[in-house]
Amino acid sequence: MTLTRDEVRHVAMLARLGLEPGEEDFYAEQLSAILAHIDRLREVDTDAIEPTAQVVQVGSRLREDLPEPSLPQERALTNAPETKDGFFVVKAIQESEP
Amino acid sequence: MIGMEVHAQLSTRSKMFCGCTTDYIGAPPNSTVCEVCLGMPGVLPVANARAVEQVVRTALALECEISRHTKFDRKNYFYPDLPKGYQISQYDMPMARSGRLSLGDREIRITRVHLEEDTGRLLHAGDALETASESLVDLNRSGMPLMEIVSEPDLRSAEEARDYAVELRGILRAVGASEADMEKGQLRAEANVSVRPRGSQELGVKTELKNINSFRALYRAVAYEIERQVRELEGGGRVVQETRGWSESEQRTFSQRSKEFAQDYRYFPEPDLPPLELRPDWVAQLRASLPELPGELRGRLAEQYALSKFDVEQLSQESATARLFEQTVAAGAPPKQAANWIIGNAPTLDAQRLAELIGLVVAGTINREQGVRVLEEAQASGRAPGEVVREQGLAQVSDEAQLGLVVEQVIAENPRAAADFRSGKQQALGALLARVKEATGGSANMRLAAQLLRHRLIQ
Amino acid sequence: MKRRELSAVELLEDCLGVIEREEPRIHAFVRLSEELARAQAEEADRRFSGDGQVGPLTGIPVAIKDVLCVENVETTAGSQILRGFRPPYESTAVARLRAQGAVFLGMTNCDEFAMGSSTENSGYFPTRNPHDPSRVPGGSSGGSAAAVAAGEAVFGLGTDTGGSIRQPAALCGVVGMKPTYGRVSRYGLIAFASSLDQIGPFTRMVGDAALVLQAIAGWDRRDATSVDRPVDMLSSLERGVEGLRLGLPREYFEAEGMEPGVRAAVERAVLTLERAGAELVDVRLPHTDYGLAAYYIIAPAEASSNLARFDGVRYGARAESAGNLLETYLQTRRGGFGPEVRRRIMLGTYALSAGYYDAYYLKAQKVRTLIAQDFERAFESCDAIVSATSPVVAFPIGAKVADPLAMYVCDVLTLGGNLAALPGVSIPCGTSEGLPVGLQVLAPQWADGMALRVARAYEAASNGS
Repeated sequence: MTLTRDEVRHVAMLARLGLEPGEEDFYAEQLSAILAHIDRLREVDTDAIEPTAQVVQVGSRLREDLPEPSLPQERALTNAPETKDGFFVVKAIQESEP
Repeated sequence: MIGMEVHAQLSTRSKMFCGCTTDYIGAPPNSTVCEVCLGMPGVLPVANARAVEQVVRTALALECEISRHTKFDRKNYFYPDLPKGYQISQYDMPMARSGRLSLGDREIRITRVHLEEDTGRLLHAGDALETASESLVDLNRSGMPLMEIVSEPDLRSAEEARDYAVELRGILRAVGASEADMEKGQLRAEANVSVRPRGSQELGVKTELKNINSFRALYRAVAYEIERQVRELEGGGRVVQETRGWSESEQRTFSQRSKEFAQDYRYFPEPDLPPLELRPDWVAQLRASLPELPGELRGRLAEQYALSKFDVEQLSQESATARLFEQTVAAGAPPKQAANWIIGNAPTLDAQRLAELIGLVVAGTINREQGVRVLEEAQASGRAPGEVVREQGLAQVSDEAQLGLVVEQVIAENPRAAADFRSGKQQALGALLARVKEATGGSANMRLAAQLLRHRLIQ
Repeated sequence: MKRRELSAVELLEDCLGVIEREEPRIHAFVRLSEELARAQAEEADRRFSGDGQVGPLTGIPVAIKDVLCVENVETTAGSQILRGFRPPYESTAVARLRAQGAVFLGMTNCDEFAMGSSTENSGYFPTRNPHDPSRVPGGSSGGSAAAVAAGEAVFGLGTDTGGSIRQPAALCGVVGMKPTYGRVSRYGLIAFASSLDQIGPFTRMVGDAALVLQAIAGWDRRDATSVDRPVDMLSSLERGVEGLRLGLPREYFEAEGMEPGVRAAVERAVLTLERAGAELVDVRLPHTDYGLAAYYIIAPAEASSNLARFDGVRYGARAESAGNLLETYLQTRRGGFGPEVRRRIMLGTYALSAGYYDAYYLKAQKVRTLIAQDFERAFESCDAIVSATSPVVAFPIGAKVADPLAMYVCDVLTLGGNLAALPGVSIPCGTSEGLPVGLQVLAPQWADGMALRVARAYEAASNGS
């Protein structure tokens, strides 16, 4: 499987990774090489095989519904690049985003 | 054709995957948050057992099949109100499927019920979303337990869409899964609306309606959208698959996002949470402990107390109301009277005292209007209705001799009205009764007064 | 120390002295926490003088991989995107060490978000191998491995997703262990691949690794994938290998890129174990050839999701020149992540995206099942599996940077243990070309004690101690 420049651009946008000019080709080439190795998975017959999401069987592990203290607001915000009146601040949202 | 996606915040004490309180309404921004619901690096979710239970209870009330094996999945997308960059939700193995909800004699199929986490909230100080130069993020709501209930497109009108949501609210409240207050955002309805020519079997293109904050808005948004789509198609145009928001101020829907930019959510199994087994014996226990549901309650109220449809509807909207009604009847009040008093006056008295009050009216000790005053006084002071009646000397004048004197006097003072009545004007009786009421300071037993008046006037 | 031959403060000063001497040469730490360490050492000495509980790790200096959150101490996962991040919480493993009275020297360098096998992908600087500073220490936990190898720390904590503890342990000539998945809580471990990540120790001796694991292992209510099983790493440690069956997987001895010197050293180690009483059996792991491919789908897929939270909103670096939200995301994540991290995010995003999920992610999950079954079958005929940890010895800095696949192949013998959630120990077993070689011992799930026991038996037989 080889990746096209368009696919690289699409994937980079899905992942919100900005690309520098020229990087589409670079990543298309590198990712294609990795996928060429990964494509050997197709050789394996997995028709009757269940997928494994987690190997270790731990059973249903649930939490009792008990409230615990939250972080003080100032501790919650302390690592933020920008805050205002107790809120995190982000730049304008443009709905035309893909 | 209308299908509904309803989100309900579950009434747990702590959030879905962390110990933060769910009591966030009115709290300062970002004050009911911890490293988990802030999506900080390295933290892990642990699912709230009570939330799981509430979803199963709701699903049972909706007659769903409960999945023995279920799991959580990650739904990946970027938005500032979604701190981890993914929402923990359920994709291909929801907790329940294939249920139904009855609306009168109509049956609405439920596709699935699943559990997920809520997002935070974005605020745009002053400006509209599109033009603001910055937005503020409050993550207090982030991680609230959220249940999604999806119906098949079985609803046929705006009325049905609203009735469906109202009925669902009743069920959620009855099983104790959610407070389901739309205005508080605890219940959020999205409607998928499509129209098709009468007789056609093909589904039309659907639009998804959002921003609906009340049952009335739901009704109006769906009604508007049906009309808009019909107009569009009849005018030779076409309906575009898109998300449309409801504008309360303009009373119309408007295009928000075209599906051409369909999201690719890249769902995959949440590796931080083990799959969940909902054991049949546990599910059976929950099934056995389900309370009476609104439909069952309505049937029983109508049958057991011979109430009208209107009374049943009114009394069954809140389980507390129905409970007060039944207890009041059990305390000796006649059902119809109890229903009238509860529906008309929303009393806050307990059932014993309410029955006592109704008893005083039924026995004729006080009249209805006095009853209302006694109710208010009893509610304000916390004293028993009988006590209020005694202390305020409110007992109505039911003594025939005493009332007879008043009636004589009124006839004498209002010869015109008396003459009118005698000449066949029935309305004149009302004027005379009003005088009797006035003369007794409102304490007359009006039924008796009317009898006496007729009697004297006809003589 | 309990006999007070050396105070905690003195031991700390020794380590700080070594750090001062060695750091300019090897760059194992991204930042030191001297002030905290001094306070902890003093506190430990107070405990020794009868003022509180004393455990085997009280007063012992530890080097902590920069992916394990330490409360109020800058923790960055080796990434510029987290520069300045001080977590208001602590990872459970670190909290357990703190409770024991361990002394935190600082945060060690690693490949950014633990993605790499050489520590060259650090967002700060490469770490160098103490045995030859022109070579890599392995990775991703290269900083902790190098710190322990150089004597800067008595023990280290690392994380292992595809070999990130065992491989640098092998390349630096120290003991490194990845416990069974679920043994040690991952709470506060900045996630790379959630279904594979596991925390474990670096030490110079196997017995110390067992002590550290004993301290950090056990169920944690904050990690739903941690397991509530008794933790006993110590009682069988000295039982030797007499009567144990050790499996030799042909696929691991004939792995692609296996250096002859490495193979020879491992074969000598196997003979040593045989002489110590072990029975050697051939086992097969037929899906070994597909492990790397499955791993390089599953790990990047999980990573692509785990790393979505680094968006410059609540913490970490953010691109300030952006005019709108989308630009903020794109620029923050372009500037904050290094090339390998971006490569893996793209690979993982692709593997999960519409139209490719079944062909890549689901397929890899199924192959994962087959690989786990391979091990289950192999363990029917043996108590533990031994092999080389890494097919190669420490390679020169820069040698594999341009070729991601060549770098990925470094993990070919270790990642099976992650895919199958097995415990694995790497223990030094001689040298090749003058550089350390590691012997890997893999055991069945939850048989962490068995992996340590075999490693300890080898250690005893080869040192005569």
